[in-house]
Amino acid sequence: MSQTRGNVWVFVEQEAGVVANVSLELISKARELADRLQVKVEAVLLGNDVAKVAPQLFAYGCDKVLLAEDPRLEPFTVMPFARVIMKLILERHPNILLFGATLKGRELAPRVASEKRAGLTADCTDLQIDDFEDKKNGKSYTDKLMQIRPAFGGNIIATIVNTWDDPQMVTVRPGVMKLGTPDFDRQGEIERIPVELDAAETVVKVIERVRADKEVDLQGAQIIVAGGYGVGSKANFQLIRDLAAALGGEVGASRAAVDAGWISHDYQIGQTGVTVRPRLYIACGISGAIQHRAGMADSKKIIAINTDAGAPIFSCADYGIVGDLNTVIPAMIKAFKAKH
Amino acid sequence: MNQRILVFVKQVPDTQNISGDAMTPEGTVNRAALPAIFNPEDLNALELALQLKERYGAEVIVATMGMPAAAEVLRQSLYRGADRAVLITDRALAGADTLATSYTLSCCVKALGKIDLVLCGRQAIDGDTAQVGPQIAEKLKYPQLCYVEEVRELSADSITVRRAIEGGYEVLSSPLPALLTVVDANEPRPMNAKRIMKYKRAATKSELAKKFPETADAEAEKLLAQNLLIDERNAASIGAEPDRIGFPGSPTKVKQVMSVVLTAGEVKQIAPTEEGISLLIHELISDHTLG
Repeated sequence: MSQTRGNVWVFVEQEAGVVANVSLELISKARELADRLQVKVEAVLLGNDVAKVAPQLFAYGCDKVLLAEDPRLEPFTVMPFARVIMKLILERHPNILLFGATLKGRELAPRVASEKRAGLTADCTDLQIDDFEDKKNGKSYTDKLMQIRPAFGGNIIATIVNTWDDPQMVTVRPGVMKLGTPDFDRQGEIERIPVELDAAETVVKVIERVRADKEVDLQGAQIIVAGGYGVGSKANFQLIRDLAAALGGEVGASRAAVDAGWISHDYQIGQTGVTVRPRLYIACGISGAIQHRAGMADSKKIIAINTDAGAPIFSCADYGIVGDLNTVIPAMIKAFKAKH
Repeated sequence: MNQRILVFVKQVPDTQNISGDAMTPEGTVNRAALPAIFNPEDLNALELALQLKERYGAEVIVATMGMPAAAEVLRQSLYRGADRAVLITDRALAGADTLATSYTLSCCVKALGKIDLVLCGRQAIDGDTAQVGPQIAEKLKYPQLCYVEEVRELSADSITVRRAIEGGYEVLSSPLPALLTVVDANEPRPMNAKRIMKYKRAATKSELAKKFPETADAEAEKLLAQNLLIDERNAASIGAEPDRIGFPGSPTKVKQVMSVVLTAGEVKQIAPTEEGISLLIHELISDHTLG
């Protein structure tokens, strides 16, 4: 029987031939969705000299790589990428198209969705397949993509459905979809896609590009010690570093601590920073605004240290210590060293 | 050089303070139940436009799509230095998702004649989607320059900006017209006292109709003569097709909305004493949370 539904596509983001973690997370999720819908997972890979990453994409569950290689696709500029992807959509009609909610994904996906006149949901934190009854219009839909996202500054969780023609497009927050276990024996197919661009699509020129890898990989960390405004000063942030170093963890921060200039934005956890789910999260002097909790509430275990017993952080904590971090943290370091 | 810069701004509910009855049964927002503020990154976009006006000379037009009350953010833009303001308001625009919204705003750009530069905040704090800017650019077939931190240079037919990328920045050049989305990288100026005196009477026709039920037209004539009439338009007057705006023009539907509740789960209280902390560390080592 021939397949009646389009495939699940993942836009693969890469920088200098290194695939973004979120793209691998999305391939893992796409595999799950595609198995449920009995369709294939296809990766859309654009760049120059990037074919070498295909085996990694197969390992995480991709069946086929649609590969567009061209010098004009490196470095990333949005209009040429949108053109290549748009052409592929019109030719092949994918059912679902996933992008990482990164800076690139969040400027590329809307450009494509606008031209296709497709729905697009930003910053999803969960995706499921389910039926949908549109009571307002008296229509029902089967096996649609449930696009689940926080909205309203994280105060509500909305489930969005795209009722128009495919593709169902979303951007997905990095760090929220579970990375599958790679199987490097898994094989797949590479199909080369010709790149045709109009002059009008290459008018934006990159004059200078400065980037460095992030100072810290919080998404991969198993133990995170995070400091907030309650730490009190830049100098006192050393306490947070000391505890992280003693426990073998990484340092994180709330937005308030970053805004105060005590630590760089690379360390920020929450809605406008990174989403993490370590084995242990220790929140020190963090009140726990909903925007912060959105980025860490799925941690396996959470310890909250705060002088204010009414701080919202305690509502998502497993262990609450109402006390002064200036005495609690040294006591923790001492206790840990004593047991080791 | 006298370029025309259009800044799109949005009046948004203050999402830091939401009560449960602020949502309608359809899952859309009852904006009336929340304090309304100027979307923060739109203030950064306006600031950038006003700086360009000072550096190069330009006309700064501010426009918003929203309820009649959204005229307030237009007035606040005039207080800061905008030259004129446009309100797009129409019941038919209700329920618009980002696709329908960007279509409507692209119609507004076309209706305003020659525009060299369109500026938007990166995203609005009610939806946090960051989709409307790029989608307006696509509808107009303009280049889009997203996450702009500063404008390095503006000429008659091109612009050079510095913008954020993952882990750094990029300097991009683009021909005009172009659309920029602006991030929180400048300090929006405060409202100017003299301009407040001048523009506090600025109003839309709807506002005048409410305030002066009998003499609204005459009042509008007076304001127009003093350049204080906020240009109010509906969907038809910007040439927007009915099936591409509001609910009919929106492919995405809200299936369900759930409030995030503080799940007061089992919190184990640990005494802030050496003994209490020692027991906690012991427990975490025993269950292999700490290695």
